[in-house]
Amino acid sequence: MSELTTDRQIDRSKMTVSDEIAVEIINMNKWYGTFHVLRDINLTVNSGERIVIAGPSGSGKSTLIRCINRLEEHQSGKIIVDGTELSSDLKNIDKIRSDVGMCFQHFNLFPHLTILENCTLAPIWVRKTPRKEAIDTAMHFLEKVRIPDQANKYPGQLSGGQQQRVAIARSLCMRPRIMLFDEPTSALDPEMIKEVLDTMIELAEEGMTMLCVTHEMGFARQVANRVIFMDQGQIVEQNEPEEFFNNPKSERTKLFLSQILGH
Amino acid sequence: MTTITDPPKQQFRLSMLIYDTRYRSATIQVVALIAFMLLAAWLIDNTARNMMLLGKTINFGFFGEPASYDINQRLLDYTSRDTHLRAALIGLLNTLVVAILGCATATAVGVLVGVLRLSHNWLIARLMTIYVEMFRNVPVLLWIVFIMAIMIETLPAPSAFRGDNATASMLLGDTVALTNRGIYIPEALFSRSLGDIHFFGASSLRFDVSLDLIAFLIVLGAGLWASHRIKRRADRMQEETGNRPTTWYLRVGVVLVPVVILLVALGFHLGYPELKGFNFSGGTHLRNSLIALWLALSLYTAAFIAEIVRAGILAISNGQTEAAAALGLRPGRVMRLVILPQALRVIVPPLISQYLNLTKNSSLAIAVGYMDITGTLGGITMNQTGKELECVLLLMLIYLIISLSISGVMNWYNESVKLKER
Repeated sequence: MSELTTDRQIDRSKMTVSDEIAVEIINMNKWYGTFHVLRDINLTVNSGERIVIAGPSGSGKSTLIRCINRLEEHQSGKIIVDGTELSSDLKNIDKIRSDVGMCFQHFNLFPHLTILENCTLAPIWVRKTPRKEAIDTAMHFLEKVRIPDQANKYPGQLSGGQQQRVAIARSLCMRPRIMLFDEPTSALDPEMIKEVLDTMIELAEEGMTMLCVTHEMGFARQVANRVIFMDQGQIVEQNEPEEFFNNPKSERTKLFLSQILGH
Repeated sequence: MTTITDPPKQQFRLSMLIYDTRYRSATIQVVALIAFMLLAAWLIDNTARNMMLLGKTINFGFFGEPASYDINQRLLDYTSRDTHLRAALIGLLNTLVVAILGCATATAVGVLVGVLRLSHNWLIARLMTIYVEMFRNVPVLLWIVFIMAIMIETLPAPSAFRGDNATASMLLGDTVALTNRGIYIPEALFSRSLGDIHFFGASSLRFDVSLDLIAFLIVLGAGLWASHRIKRRADRMQEETGNRPTTWYLRVGVVLVPVVILLVALGFHLGYPELKGFNFSGGTHLRNSLIALWLALSLYTAAFIAEIVRAGILAISNGQTEAAAALGLRPGRVMRLVILPQALRVIVPPLISQYLNLTKNSSLAIAVGYMDITGTLGGITMNQTGKELECVLLLMLIYLIISLSISGVMNWYNESVKLKER
């Protein structure tokens, strides 16, 4: 796997971590049937943090971030997002989901709507934004991900990298305070990985709070301020990227890093 | 100086007709065409010879002759002195009535059952499964006969409504009577009626159209149009300000108020069925045969439609629901804005087949004595006139035209919901 994913200079001036807590997870447990997928997860994410979650497949990385916007339900413990505790209360879920954006491995764009309609659907129906304003916002973010000229095409007409950038723009249109990325580059060609990562770096440069499940260790090194390593449903180790890659503490982390960086 | 050379010429051999890819498909098509024409020629020749032997000719003159049989369920006036053409027309209308009623009911029930079968409610989902498996695994003919038998056996005879110690009574404030001869419901009457328009004079194709109905439809249409305009205005308001004004009472009012005013002006009242002598009179009489056929066809086809709807919804990847939910859309909106528009393109093509099946299955009407086009043209008319070839060919043509029309309309609809790619 490539070490460096981008050759551009990263502007760190706005990448500041504040004292404000964005996500707080306390003693969270989750089971699928009898299978214990997440064990005693404790995690505090401050506003402006860029966290990369790494680990072998099946370790519960995706499940963890999917719990944060309640695509998965946790069975015990607490998850507090932006001061609101996640419960079965529909109002809380609505509030959290409109504050938390998410990008998926397979983009999940709506194939029956144009790129622009994909971006304006939620602002119009959830935020009750006037259509004109929603279109302006959508065009602003489509320009940011550098595909404003594709606005009237359908998702099926775009390349994978373009689709993922549309998915990012679609989330941004809801003006989220936190962004979740669930392996955003795993389904892409190497060339397209770069364009998506560049978009994510730009987002980080603007001070967005980000939680990324990814295997792009170059991205972790350059952009993250904290790397979390998970195995068998537990957080095994978390550290700053420099320490994490050069000085891993647990044996399991060492083994994982040697496999993923070894060749 | 130029030299003239011939391009390399390949010798044509007869075997190339079969082994050369350039000629192969043309050869096959020519052979198939010749075989087909031979078969058609043989069939026509054979038919012509046999007709000659029997002393018959192909002749549609019998359509002008009196039919001399009764049809009990009819939309237009008809007596046994009317022509065979008139009888066929009455039958055709009866087929269309049961097909349209059936398709509408089957769609409504099917969509509902299909969605409910995916419900998280354990009991509802299981009940729907039982319904689907019961209806689609028993031949529809048995359902038709079964429902007919239930109505005849369990409902009271009209005589049971009579006398001081009547064992049966009318429902809904003495307006509806369920009897073993059928269901009697109130009919719409107008005391200041505008009258009828007559078409085609006294010919076999004559029909009347009630001006009251036309006036009603015009006023209703205008109301719906106004209601649509109000919806459009609400859409525009939403586009401009983001807030959608509450308009449902306006939209309902603009349709209802003019209709009610018209009905009052025309002196609208209901004619209730009444027991006179040995039977009910007045009101509209829905015969058992129509109800049995309609119910059985709808419930049977609805079971298939339910599975089609369920498959269509399940065909949309879970990722779509998740992405929409992650954006903050509520489940109802997710279904309406994201899932159903995509599911429709999977649902519509097999739905067309179900509509066609229902229409053609309506020819089972003959089992319960409902006089549809198969019962009139393909049944009594054919038996009385002995014009089998003409009747059957015409019958096939009629079903073909009905089916192609349904197909055409639905394909046009399918085209409009199709997914655009590349």
